[in-house]
Amino acid sequence: MRTRLYYRAKKTAINILIHAFLISVAVTCLFPLLWMVSSSLKTQQTIFKDMSFIPHGFHFENYYLAWQQGGFGRYFLNSIFYTVSVVSGIVIVASLAAYAFSRLRFPGKNVLFFIFMAAMMIPVPGSFVPLYVLLNKLHLRDTAFGYILCMINVGLSMSIFLLKTFFDKLPRELEDAARIDGSSKFGVWWHVAMPLARPVLAVVVVFNALNVWNEYVLAMIIFDTKSLMPLQRALMVFQGEFLTNYPLLMAGLTITALPIILVYMLMQKYIVKGISSGAVLS
Amino acid sequence: MKRNSPVLTTALLLLLLITAGCGQKISGKPSNTITVWHWMTDRDPAFQELAKRYEARTGVRVNFELYAPSDAYSQKVRAAAQGNNLPDIFGLLGEKRDFASFIKAGHILDLTPYMQDSGGAWQKRFFAKALAVNEFSSDNAYGITPGIYGVPVDIMTIQMLYNKDLFRKLGINPDRPPATFAEFLEIGRKIKDNNMQGLVSGWGEIWMIDCLANDYAFNIMGKDKILDTIRGKVPYTDPDWVRVFTLFKQMQDSGALASGIVTMVNKNAEQLFANERAVFAFNGSWCLNVYKEMNPNLNYAPMLPPKASDKFPMSIWGGAGSSFIVNARSKNKEGAVKFLEWLTDRDQQVYLAEATDNLPSNKDSLSNIAPIMAEFANDMEITTHPNTWGISEYPQVIEAFDKGIQSIIIGEKTPEQVAAQVEMVKEREMAR
Amino acid sequence: MRIKPAFENYLFVLPAAAIFAVFYIIPFIWVFQLGLYSWDGILPTKAFVGLSNFKEIILQDKIWWGAMLNAGYITLIALTFQNALAFLLAWACDREIRMKNFYRLIFFIPPVLSEIVVGLVWQWILDGNYGLLNNWLGQLGLSNLVRNWLSDPNTALTTVAIVHCWKGFGWGFLIFLAGLQTIPREFYEAARVDGANAWVCFRKVTMPLMVPVVVLVAILTILGTMQGFVLIIAMTDGGPAYHTQVPVLRILAAMRGSSRFGYACAQSITFGAILMTISFIQYRFSRYARQA
Repeated sequence: MRTRLYYRAKKTAINILIHAFLISVAVTCLFPLLWMVSSSLKTQQTIFKDMSFIPHGFHFENYYLAWQQGGFGRYFLNSIFYTVSVVSGIVIVASLAAYAFSRLRFPGKNVLFFIFMAAMMIPVPGSFVPLYVLLNKLHLRDTAFGYILCMINVGLSMSIFLLKTFFDKLPRELEDAARIDGSSKFGVWWHVAMPLARPVLAVVVVFNALNVWNEYVLAMIIFDTKSLMPLQRALMVFQGEFLTNYPLLMAGLTITALPIILVYMLMQKYIVKGISSGAVLS
Repeated sequence: MKRNSPVLTTALLLLLLITAGCGQKISGKPSNTITVWHWMTDRDPAFQELAKRYEARTGVRVNFELYAPSDAYSQKVRAAAQGNNLPDIFGLLGEKRDFASFIKAGHILDLTPYMQDSGGAWQKRFFAKALAVNEFSSDNAYGITPGIYGVPVDIMTIQMLYNKDLFRKLGINPDRPPATFAEFLEIGRKIKDNNMQGLVSGWGEIWMIDCLANDYAFNIMGKDKILDTIRGKVPYTDPDWVRVFTLFKQMQDSGALASGIVTMVNKNAEQLFANERAVFAFNGSWCLNVYKEMNPNLNYAPMLPPKASDKFPMSIWGGAGSSFIVNARSKNKEGAVKFLEWLTDRDQQVYLAEATDNLPSNKDSLSNIAPIMAEFANDMEITTHPNTWGISEYPQVIEAFDKGIQSIIIGEKTPEQVAAQVEMVKEREMAR
Repeated sequence: MRIKPAFENYLFVLPAAAIFAVFYIIPFIWVFQLGLYSWDGILPTKAFVGLSNFKEIILQDKIWWGAMLNAGYITLIALTFQNALAFLLAWACDREIRMKNFYRLIFFIPPVLSEIVVGLVWQWILDGNYGLLNNWLGQLGLSNLVRNWLSDPNTALTTVAIVHCWKGFGWGFLIFLAGLQTIPREFYEAARVDGANAWVCFRKVTMPLMVPVVVLVAILTILGTMQGFVLIIAMTDGGPAYHTQVPVLRILAAMRGSSRFGYACAQSITFGAILMTISFIQYRFSRYARQA
């Protein structure tokens, strides 16, 4: 006969195991972040000699220097602008298309979807040059608009794929109910499908925000004007051709990582428990 | 009302984007401006300062635009070349072959008339070897009209270095670095016995392997045989080449090479040498700046790679460090050329050398530079560089060559096997 | 009258299709036809060589196929080790445990960090002479395991694969978690009322509903890992010798190193064709498995 104590003990043991597992993985994830921050507080001479996590001298001025020398102010704002624009653009454009692929019917639907999917599988590493020439012809080279459109395209296939998979899983009853109530297709999309898809929309937002935030090469090729450059340009200042200013670079990288961690923290709460019945009742 | 809100939001968003796009258009630059594109992050502040001085002097505005790192810079230049959007002055990274293609595509101004003007005043300023990298000689294999197409802004040499303090620790005279290869191997054994690390270099980046291999090739067989090999007249399985490959095996076996050298990035190698964790280093003259920053107390000196043969003199890689070229389609060619003339004049070169610890390309600037820099510069006489040979080896062969040496070092292949492999690739490329 | 609904449906996909057509299709066509030429990327003239680039890739380029195998190996490790880890972590975080939000935040840090930091830190940990890993192994009495992880040809590829997994599991974790959280709780309650224990709940409720998500993550993992290269450049640059070469590195080498732009484009096309085939097979297989 198994006593209640046995079950309680078993549950606690399992919980402890699970926590041990989670903590050990968490430590390996935290390690580089802590190293990055602690390195940013050291000096160029001590950064590779002083192996401890807690630096012997706290050089907080590295952050100020990094901000100054990198010219972070302008580039930071640019990156925020690009990220917000591209992510909003993708959320709207991709979810519209994904909804159509999932729920609507029109001739050529499967072919079109296949083409979008194929784009994920064919890397075009040489595409920077034709994009450049293309933007040139459209007079969009060296403009924010041109860059934003290019970046929307970069995240499109993957986002459509993610969204369609989740739209497919949604129970149709809610949408049918809305249609019966007289809502248009756009209305169903906006009022029913999108709210339900919040978890996956959060993933799409985070994924694309990260891509745009860290993007560098395309921006450098398209933009001639320094005042249009994104954040990564600032980091390049510390990576000299021969000499890398490691502490300032680490400070710069920390500054760069913070906003995206913030975005993730904000989006995280949308990945909440399934809402199906809850949505119908409200 | 609610039905239209997604449409409305999308429309608003598009409007926002379009206004953003229009708002950022730049009005045309005044024609009295010269734009320079470069990748040299370390030197950007110095360049900006010189641009200010030039403007104060002549009223001409010079915009130095930095695009880094260097392969992002190369991509930008190539894309801009396709769109005919190159700036007035820019630099070109890479092989002579690409340099030739750019000339053939009409992107580069022939500077020979300017160089030869006034009895060759401008030309005579430079170290001959520095200019040679930017020159196409009359028998060049690229089909380019002979002439000078670029201006060297600095020079560099790739040298072997040694740590004097660690030498003392090993009981070796710090003022007498090894002069022969046998001595070098001896020191290697001492290093191994003392559990220290030997030579560090960025051999993960393969071209540095090429440097050292070439140095020894010059020493063992001389320039003519090397050129004949490239022309296809001598095979890589020739005993002299096998000897070159064997040197690497001997270095590895004796302990003269640091462990992990085959995947070392040059910056790591510099770090290790600066932090006194390696006895030798093989690095370019830019390292002066790096070591000064990382460890100003480092007690080191350059040395020639120890001779493996007495038949031919030792040679080291060197020549132009960075060069600038003028866009043949620029609207301000004369202004650009004038600026480059000023930039390579003695005073500016001295300033650059002091500010950035790079060796000047102007011969007359040597007297004012730091002594250790002078030590590097003195070896300019024996430098050579593939971009001056008038013919290039196939890149696939070079890759097989360098990766082959990596295989020898990690013990996967023998020198004979690598020689056969490289020869096979060579024959395949020649048959194409 | 039937035209209007179809037209309305098209409007949904119009913005995506328009952007896609301009910014992907056009460059793609340009690259595609370049595979038939021999061009160095600079000269205004190109030489038409027909299929000889492709012939060279398929029949002669041993390094290319070696790189494909390497990428395949890394991907295999990612599909098994990385995704299993991500799933376990997502499952653990889906339960009612304390500090759930903390873990969710931490696990996403690896993908957020730039490759520069990841490359530097891991090089430091894995360094053959002064690295932390060897240090700890020595202290634990396992000094016979000490080696130069990134330079030793036997361990370089696996080491790189593991670091790749470390950097990538955060994405799988996120998507698995999103998937797990959209399973209505009522299903679990109903199953428990019916007398099912945890394992049966998992098998009958969780697994079937998660199959499409697992397939999704698998496809994304394959596509992402096969095309990865930035981390490899940061750690080994494809070395030692060719032991950690991957396809995109070869394409870049052809494009910039040997100035064979046309050849690089042909490599891209070949690579794309292979990836498409793999995805197609996998998709078919998953449909078949779902019906079983």
